[in-house]
Amino acid sequence: MTELTLVQAINRGLQQAMHDDADVVMLGEDIGLNGGVFRATDGLQKEFGAERVIDTPLSETGIVGTAVGMALYGLKPVPEIQFQDFIYPAFDQIVSEVAKFRYRSGGQYPCHLVIRSPYGGGVKGGLYHSQSAEAYFAHTAGLKVVIPSTPADAKGLLLSSIYDEDPVLFFEPKRIYRAVSGEVPDGDHRVPLGVAKVVREGTDLSLFAYGAMVHPALQAAETLASDGPSVEVVDLRTLSPLDEKAVLASVEKTGRAVIVHEAPRFCGYGAELAALFAEKALFSLKAPVARVTGYDTPFPYALEHLYLPNAARIVAAVRTTMAAG
Amino acid sequence: MSAGTVPLPYDRAAIGAALGGDWEETLLAAHHWMTLARELDSRMLGLQRQGRIGFYGPATGQEAVSVAAGLASRAEDWVVPGLREQLVALVRGHSLTRYMHHLFANDRDPARGRQMPCHPSAREVKYVSMSSVVGTQITHAVGLAYGLKLHKESGVALAFFGDGATSGNDFHAGLNFAAVLSLPVLFCLTNNQWAISLPVERQTHVKELAQKAAAYGIASRRVDGTDFVACYSSFTQGLEAIRTAPGPLLCEFTLFRMTPHSSSDDPSRYQAPSWMPQALAHDPVLRLEELLTRHGLLSESAQRSMKEEAARLVKEAIAEAEAVGPPAPDSLLTDVRASGPRPEGPGPEVP
Repeated sequence: MTELTLVQAINRGLQQAMHDDADVVMLGEDIGLNGGVFRATDGLQKEFGAERVIDTPLSETGIVGTAVGMALYGLKPVPEIQFQDFIYPAFDQIVSEVAKFRYRSGGQYPCHLVIRSPYGGGVKGGLYHSQSAEAYFAHTAGLKVVIPSTPADAKGLLLSSIYDEDPVLFFEPKRIYRAVSGEVPDGDHRVPLGVAKVVREGTDLSLFAYGAMVHPALQAAETLASDGPSVEVVDLRTLSPLDEKAVLASVEKTGRAVIVHEAPRFCGYGAELAALFAEKALFSLKAPVARVTGYDTPFPYALEHLYLPNAARIVAAVRTTMAAG
Repeated sequence: MSAGTVPLPYDRAAIGAALGGDWEETLLAAHHWMTLARELDSRMLGLQRQGRIGFYGPATGQEAVSVAAGLASRAEDWVVPGLREQLVALVRGHSLTRYMHHLFANDRDPARGRQMPCHPSAREVKYVSMSSVVGTQITHAVGLAYGLKLHKESGVALAFFGDGATSGNDFHAGLNFAAVLSLPVLFCLTNNQWAISLPVERQTHVKELAQKAAAYGIASRRVDGTDFVACYSSFTQGLEAIRTAPGPLLCEFTLFRMTPHSSSDDPSRYQAPSWMPQALAHDPVLRLEELLTRHGLLSESAQRSMKEEAARLVKEAIAEAEAVGPPAPDSLLTDVRASGPRPEGPGPEVP
C-alpha cells in the first residue's frame, strides 16, 4: 500500500500496465516529454521510450483513429484526450467506429482501447475545460464508461479497463486529481468493471453518484447523520454497463433515491437511473426520485460554484425527499 | 472490345519491364479476376432490382486498381478498404461464397447480416471491416502501420479512399500522423471523379488531388487507374519502397465511375450525357482485353470460356447463399460487447 493522490494512482496504474505488457502504448497531446498537462503520464516516456509513449500532432480524431488501428492490429492502446471538452472531434471515431467494430464484423474485429480523459468542473476552467460528457457515450451500445472516485479505484479500474476486451471510456475527475488521496495497493491491483460500491451504508435514502460528486454526497450524508435520516451512498464506478442489481437493491432497501451528477439534468445519466427506478422499483419508492445536477446551461466560468452540485444542495434535496414521503 | 477503347501503350518489352518475368501469368490472373468482378457487379445489381438483395455498390470501372492491389500485396499487408474495394479481399483469398453470404445478409454471413451489402469483414486476409462513414478508415491504417512498425514486421497498411474523402478531417489527420510518425502506409486514392453527385472539380480547387500529399511532406504519384499494367507496377514499386524505407506514400488512381454511385442512385440527375462515352473508352477490362488480344494471349474462345466460368462461379455462389435463411434472431444481441450483461431484446417468441 502507498498513499497516493488520484492522479498519482493513475500514473502508477499506467506504469504497471506498460511494465507488464509490451503491447500497451499511449498516445496523445503533450503526454510524453511534458508528462501530460496534469502530469498523469509523468516519467513514463522516459521509462518506456518514445515509441510507446507517443506525443502526437494536435488532432483528437487522429489520436483516436490511430488508436483504433493499433487496437485492430492487437496492441492495447491507451489514448489520452487532454480535456473531455475536446473529445468531440473524435466523436465520429468513437461512436461510428470504436463502438461498432465488434458488432459489425461478427466478432472478427474487436476494438479494445481505453480512452482516458479528465472531465468535470471546479477548476475554473470555463466552458471548455469543465464539461461532463459521459451521457453521450453511455448512450452508445458497444462502449464501456468508467469513472473512478478514489485513488485505489482509479488504479484498479484503469488496470481492469486496460485488460478488458471492450473499448472503455475512462473519465477522470480532474477536480480531485490532487484534492483526494488514499491508500493504493501496489502492483497489479484490479477493481472489476460493472460493479458499483456502497461507500456508506444507510437505511432511509440512497444517494447515487460517481466521480468527483461522490465526495459531496458523502459530506451530505455525514452532515445529516447527527439528526437527520440515515443516508446510503452508492458510487456507480461503471456507468455502462450499469450494475443494475446493486442500484436496485439499494433503492429497494431505502425506498428513496436522490441522484447526483455535474452534467446538465436534461437527458443526463440521472434520467436513466430515474427511469430504471420507475420501471423496476416503483413499488419500493416512498417518495419521488430527485436529481441534483448541473443546470441546463453551458458550463459557466465566474459562477461555476453556483452551477456545480455541492453538499448543501444535496442535503436540501434529501430533506425535500424525506418530507415528501 | 469496343471500337472506342483507348489502347494501353505497351509492347511486350514494356510490359515485361513493368510487371517482371512472369508478366503473362500476372496479366491472365488479372483478367480472370476482372472478368469475375464484372460478372458479379452485373448480376448483383440485377438481383437488387429484383429485390433479392437489399443494396449493392458496384465497383465497375475500378477493377484494375483493386486487382492490382490484391495481386501485388503480400499476406502480411493490411487492407483498409473504402467503399469499392471488396474485390481486393476476393483476390487476397476471401472466398466468393463467403462474400455472397454477406451480400445476402444471411445466417452464414461472417458479419451475421449486420451490415448493408458490400461491407464485408475478412480478417483471414487482413481485410478490415468498414463503416459507411467516408474517410474514418484512413487513420485506422495509420494505427495498423504503427503496430507493424512496433513489432518490426515488414507489412504495409494500404488505406483506400475516394476523392470525396480528401475533403474530410480524417484524410488530413491520417496523412499528417503517418508522415510525422514515419509509418508504412500506402495511401490509395481512387479518384473516380464523383462523390455521388459532386464532380471532383467541386470537391477541391487543386488541379490534381495527389498534390495534397506535398502539404504533409509525403511523396505522391498519379496513376492511370484504368491501366492494369500501370496500377500493378505502382503497387509493387510503392510497397517495395515503403518496405525498404518505412514512411508513407500516396498514389492517386484516376478513374471513371461507370455505374451509379449505388443501387439507390440516379446519375441522370447530375451527369452530362458526354460522361459515359468517355468512361467506356477507359473501361479497364476492355483495355486489358485489347492488350491481351494484341499480344496473342487471349483468343476469342478463351475469352468466351472465361466469361462462362465467371458466370458459373457467381451463379453457384448465389444459389448457395440464397438457400440460407436469415440470421438467427439471437444474433441481434450478440457481439455488442465481449463482457457485461446481455442487452435486452425481443426474446424467442418474436414473430
